[in-house]
Formats: sequence, C-alpha cells, structure tokens
Amino acid sequence: MKGRPHLVAALPALACLVALPFVFPQGFALSLMCQMGIATIFALSYNMLLGQTGLLSFGHAVYFGLGAFCAMHVLRWAGGSGGGGAWVVIALPLVGGLGGLIAGIVLGAITTRRAGTIFAMISLGVGEMVASVAPMFPALFGGEAGLNANRVFGAPLFGITFGPQRQVYYLIVAWALLAAWGMHALTRTPLGRMANAARDNPERAQFVGYHPQMVRFLMLALSGFFAGIAGGLSAINYEIVTGESLGAHTSALVLLMAFIGGIGQFYGPIIGAVLVTFLQTALSQYTHAWLFYFGLFFLFMVLEAPGGIASLVQLHREPWRQGLLRWVWPQYALAALPVALTLAGLIGVVELVYRVAGGVEAGETSWKLFGNAIDATRWQPWALALLLFAGGGAWLRRAWSGVAWQWKMVLLATARGKDR
Amino acid sequence: MSSAPVLQLAGVHKTFGQTAIIRGVDLDLVAGERHALIGPNGAGKSTLFNLISGRLHATAGTIRLRGADITRATPQAINRMGLARSFQVTNLFHRMTVFENLRCGALRSRGGGYAFWRRVDGVAEANARADEVLDAIGLARRREATAGELTYAEQRALEIGVTIACGADVILLDEPTAGMSRSESAAAVALIRKVTAGKTLVMVEHDMDVVFGLADRVSVLVYGEVIATGAPDAIHANARVQEAYLGTGLAQAGAAETAHA
Repeated sequence: MKGRPHLVAALPALACLVALPFVFPQGFALSLMCQMGIATIFALSYNMLLGQTGLLSFGHAVYFGLGAFCAMHVLRWAGGSGGGGAWVVIALPLVGGLGGLIAGIVLGAITTRRAGTIFAMISLGVGEMVASVAPMFPALFGGEAGLNANRVFGAPLFGITFGPQRQVYYLIVAWALLAAWGMHALTRTPLGRMANAARDNPERAQFVGYHPQMVRFLMLALSGFFAGIAGGLSAINYEIVTGESLGAHTSALVLLMAFIGGIGQFYGPIIGAVLVTFLQTALSQYTHAWLFYFGLFFLFMVLEAPGGIASLVQLHREPWRQGLLRWVWPQYALAALPVALTLAGLIGVVELVYRVAGGVEAGETSWKLFGNAIDATRWQPWALALLLFAGGGAWLRRAWSGVAWQWKMVLLATARGKDR
Repeated sequence: MSSAPVLQLAGVHKTFGQTAIIRGVDLDLVAGERHALIGPNGAGKSTLFNLISGRLHATAGTIRLRGADITRATPQAINRMGLARSFQVTNLFHRMTVFENLRCGALRSRGGGYAFWRRVDGVAEANARADEVLDAIGLARRREATAGELTYAEQRALEIGVTIACGADVILLDEPTAGMSRSESAAAVALIRKVTAGKTLVMVEHDMDVVFGLADRVSVLVYGEVIATGAPDAIHANARVQEAYLGTGLAQAGAAETAHA
C-alpha cells in the first residue's frame, strides 16, 4: 500500500515533463527548462546542508564548478579521441558527481570541523580561495575564457546525438529525477535522520553516540556529489565552463533558490530553483531593473514568509484537506485588485527612476507601454505611478486585514478539526 | 556489594581557571545499584555528571567505566561504551517527532551507524526498540507529535526515554523530577524505577522524597567533595551531613513546601 499513491501522482507529473518540450518548442523556452532542471538538482543538494543539516554554506558553487570542470575535461578528452559518443554524454554527469564528491571529501574535512557561524565563514573563505586560485591554472580551468567542448561526437546511439537541445532536455530530466530520488531517499536513511538530529541539537547527538562532525562531513561530501552532477549537466548543456561557475555569485544564487523555495520542506528548493531561474532569465528580458525587483522579492520573502514558498503551501494544506479554504478564497479575490494596483504603482516608480537616473541607455527617458508613449521627464507619469502606489497600498492594507482575520478563523477551525 | 565497581571515580578534580569546583571525588558504583547524588546548589553535582559523561574533562584524577579509562573520552565514545545520561534542562531534538527522538537514541547501538545506503525504517532493531521505549514511557499516544509541542512533564519523560533508548546499563539522570508537580513527580519515580530495573543508576535529585524512596545508596556532595556515602537511613542520621546540608537544606525545603501548600 505504501509507495502506490506516490506512483499514481508521479505518472502524470512524468507525462508533463515528457510533454513540455512539445508544448513549448521554442528555443528560448527549451533552454530555460534545461536551466531549471540543472538548478533544481543544485538547489536540492544545497538544501542537504542548509535545511537538513543546518549548515549555512556560502561556497557551495565550488562543488558545482569543480564537478563541471571534471566533466568538461572528460568531454574534451572523449571528443578528441572520438570514442564513446552519446554513451559518454549520458554518463558524464556521474563524472561531475565524482568530481564534486572528491572536492567535498577534501574540502569538507576542513570546513565541517565546526558548525554554525564558523562553518559559514569557513565555507565563504574556502569558496573564495578556490575561485581565486582557479585562474592561476589555465590548463585546468581555461583562464578567463573558460573551457569549451562539443558534446556531439562519435556514432549516434539509436539516433541520439545530443545535438538538438530537446535531447539534452530529456537527459537533464532523467538525471534530475534520479538525483532528486536519491536525495529524497537519503533523508530516510540513518545518516539523513542523524543530520536532522545534529541540526536540532548537536550536543544531544553526541550523547546518543554520534559524532556531529562526522555527520556534517558525510552530508557535505554527499551534497558535493549531487552538486557535481548538476555541474556535469551544465557542462553538457552550455558546452562551456568558466571560472564564474565556482564563484560567489553562483553560491549566492543557490542560497537564494533554496531560501525562497523553502528549506523546511524537501520540495521547497525545487520551487525556488524553477522560480529564480525563471525570474533571472525571463524578467531580465523585459526590464533593466530586474535585479532590483529580484532583491525586493527576496526581501519580501525573508520578512513575510521566512519559511519560503513551501511554508505557504504547507500552511494551506491542512485547511484544504478539511475544506476550510473556501472561507479564504473570497478574501484573496478581494485583495487581488489592490495587490495589482500597488505593484503597478511600484513598478511605475522604479522604471521611472531607472530612466531618469540613466539606468537604461544614456538619454533614453521615454518608452512605450500598451502603445502609449511615456516620458519620464514630465510630471504626469510620476504622479500616476505614485498615486497608484499610495492609493493601492492603502486599499491593500484594508483588504489584507480581512484576509488576516479570516485566516485566524480558519486556523482555529483547523485546530479543532484536527483534534476531533 | 562485593563485585568490582561498574563506575569508579578516583581523585577527580575539576578547576575552572582559579576556581576549584570538584576537589578530589572518590566514588565506586556497584552494578545494579540506584545511587543518588545530593548536595546544596553549587556543590558540583552537574559538573560531576559532565565529567563522567565526557561533556567536560577532569583536571586531575581518573574515571573508569568497567575498568576502562574514560577520563579523556568523548561523549559519543562513552555512550557507545554503555553509559547514557539525561539533562537537567530538557535537551531533545525538538523539531523531530517523539518516535524519531527515541529512534535517534537507539540507532547507534542497534546497527544504524552512519549508513546512507539503507533505509532507517529497515533498521528493524532500532525501530522495535524505539516503540518499546515509547510504550515504557507512556507516550505511545504522542508518537507522531514533535518534541517541541509536548507538555513539560511529557518532555521530561521523553528526556528519560532518549537516554535509555540505547540500552546502556549505566544511566545518569540529572534532576529528572525538577519542576514537576507532586503527582507528576510520583509518576516519574515509578517510570524511573521501571525503566532502570537491573541497571546501574546515578541520579542528581533535590526532592528528598524521591531520593529516599528510590535510592539504594546516597552520596552527599558539598563544595566539590563527597562528605558521606551510604544507605539512605545512615545518611539521614549522619551528623556531618545534617550539619553541612540537611540542617539547612531540608529545613529550607520544608519551609518552601509549607509555603507552597
């Protein structure tokens, strides 16, 4: 009886993943989905540390990047010798994983001696060290240009060459499913449970016979393995690996993904990886201020929903099961319009500021919106944007108090329903 | 009481900087006895527990567990050698369920180890042991509750459960009834009596009813020294003890009790 319901839920999801490239056949959408798949593995591997073991790492990109470089070297070598072809590409993420694992074993032995703030600082230091040492070995890391290779070589395997992006997509999906399954299974092993225990109370873990440092070390090494798989896939996907993949920017991004998605649930980082990849790829096409919006969004999440999106999902689950959410939907609907107005006002102000401050190309202070020309040097658009923001905000405050009140009722009723 | 001591402290000293907290403690524990450690606040009872369980290391002297020197051993090593302890301030895995807490307690001694290649549900002995302890401490009804949501008395029971789950035969309980009401305290005593049957028990306790009801022998610790060890009645009659501890401590405890009632 156990695994069956999961299987029933998994089949439609699997069908969706298979069908996606046919629903969105455009090159842009396809490469976006490939990025999401890679980010998903990476973010899940990060959460093995942050969510499951309680280790805040500022240098997780090291394992991703070193895995990617390992895979790239094997790809270049195999491409040069012309042997193997598609088989090599299929197995390549495993090479990345082993690279990440070895890096995790070597560096983890140093970084996991301490937990808490000390670990965070050491991880930052080790990350910066690896990222700054890499450019000194151009033979290994390709210098500033990085290393590239061609993933198409040798004889095709049943017609698969991994030339078309769609074939790479399916490879990424397969590896992402395998890795996610592996990481989920890991949470249900003795080590996975003791990682939770050492996170909650490292001292008590000692007094039940476990060495917290050993638990942290093993978790870090294994998390390096999965990060390396993601790195290996990125080497295949982009056919290039640069020093940036080892650096602080990549480390920060994976932290944001895990945190925004929610570190308290296994699936949280998946949501975060998909959302953040979408924002940074899609949003950047529409506005130069995308990084600002992204920062604002992150700030909002940290302040209002520190458990991430997954915690919001969890919040709705029990009321949903008891059929109590119908009390909240009308309130949500009432709040939707003021939310939209406030956001529109906010976006208006930000875009106007970017125009006058020269954030876009020099001198370009007007743009078109729904066919209407907007000139940032005149007062009318400013007045409109500020009015939307202030008026919408005031309305939202009122509407939100209704939502909050209704939620209080729902939570009370939920607690009563649970006791029964 | 003629067999070799299970736990043996010889000339144990502990100083923090200039301050001597434990000043030459000698103590022999016999297999199967229930031994209470009493003494006024600040006498060093908790420090002594920390030294025995490896949380702190003695400045001088030796501590032996079944003959093996554990003076400098780590807490996890001492635990694996069969000595387990509880804490005065509840010290659980608060985000995990009651059952998970107990299973974490049982895992190391029941073959779970650091394994990441097998399911924890498949470590049959650890799961069976966790459920056995769950029943013993009377929390079966709360199996799936997280430790953080338990009541205080339930947390104290779980604290004892996590301690005994590994099956250690030397058990140190640090004020197991602290902060409990009379009836809760009586239930805790019954629980302790049940789960430590056949094992060697050392407990720090302030409640004299608990001490004299449960202990086979009592040691009195005052200013880092054991001033008397013996049967409860003998301790009660001991002039030095009355002077140093019972005279003030019991009178105060009695006064507090009267005020409480």
